[in-house]
Amino acid sequence: MILYVLCFALFLVGVYGLLTKRDLIKIILSTAIMGYAANLFLVLFGYRHDATFPILTEANAGQPMVDPLPQALVLTSIVIELGITALLVALAIRLYQKYATFDITKMRSLKG
Amino acid sequence: MPIETWLIFTMGIMLVGSIVALEIRDVLSAIIAIGIVGLAVSIAFLFLQAPDLAIVQFLFEIFALIILVRAFIGKKAHEDSLASNKTAAVVVGVVLLAILFLCLPIFRALPPFGEPLFITSAHYTKMATQETGAANLVASIILDYRAYDTLGEVTVLFAAILGALTVLRTSRRTQKGKESK
Repeated sequence: MILYVLCFALFLVGVYGLLTKRDLIKIILSTAIMGYAANLFLVLFGYRHDATFPILTEANAGQPMVDPLPQALVLTSIVIELGITALLVALAIRLYQKYATFDITKMRSLKG
Repeated sequence: MPIETWLIFTMGIMLVGSIVALEIRDVLSAIIAIGIVGLAVSIAFLFLQAPDLAIVQFLFEIFALIILVRAFIGKKAHEDSLASNKTAAVVVGVVLLAILFLCLPIFRALPPFGEPLFITSAHYTKMATQETGAANLVASIILDYRAYDTLGEVTVLFAAILGALTVLRTSRRTQKGKESK
């Protein structure tokens, strides 16, 4: 249980950064932290004691395996996260070119 | 040492690294701290018997570091110095701690660490080799049992990359109707 709590604490650190920081760079880093915590939580959930990795080899034939389903879904989630990070960074660069700052409280005009 | 000890150790590194990344002033140091967090996640995946995930997480981390450093190097971060912001930070911190303590019964209700539900996966681990012919069960799930999921993922990734390229485009698109005249 302590592992779940630590993982959730990591997620809450990300939420804290998202809510309190006014710097766009820090906000992007917060979303990355939340992503790590969510992925790690799902994989923690599929771990089995005394089980091997879910690849069939001669060495681990017949032994129990960890749950391959969360691993497969987290694999896709990690790749999506990279695309999202790239998109956020692109938006931040554009905003910096327009406003010459990363402070979100100074970005007030809606004009394109 | 049992695996829990190692995982608690790596998670402690992650927590410290993420707090440092959020609180430090220097942009490059913050990005490097987030890199430490990501590589610790990769090591945690190795402990959790997920070699595919560890490799993908490692690659993701390197790519993310390259993107972040390339985009933000030399740019000055905003410095939070207002007093009102500090009170807001304290309030948010207290509320999040309260949420953490309120959620403790939920984690007690979850299946304990090391004993997963293993209902759908029981079929996969038993039948995957005969049904799909793949030795790697993760590959057999993402490419065979849940191939539509993967298709959707590729679509989302494509949309995100397309959005990034569109946002970053420097030359304005010329209107064809006006150009021909």
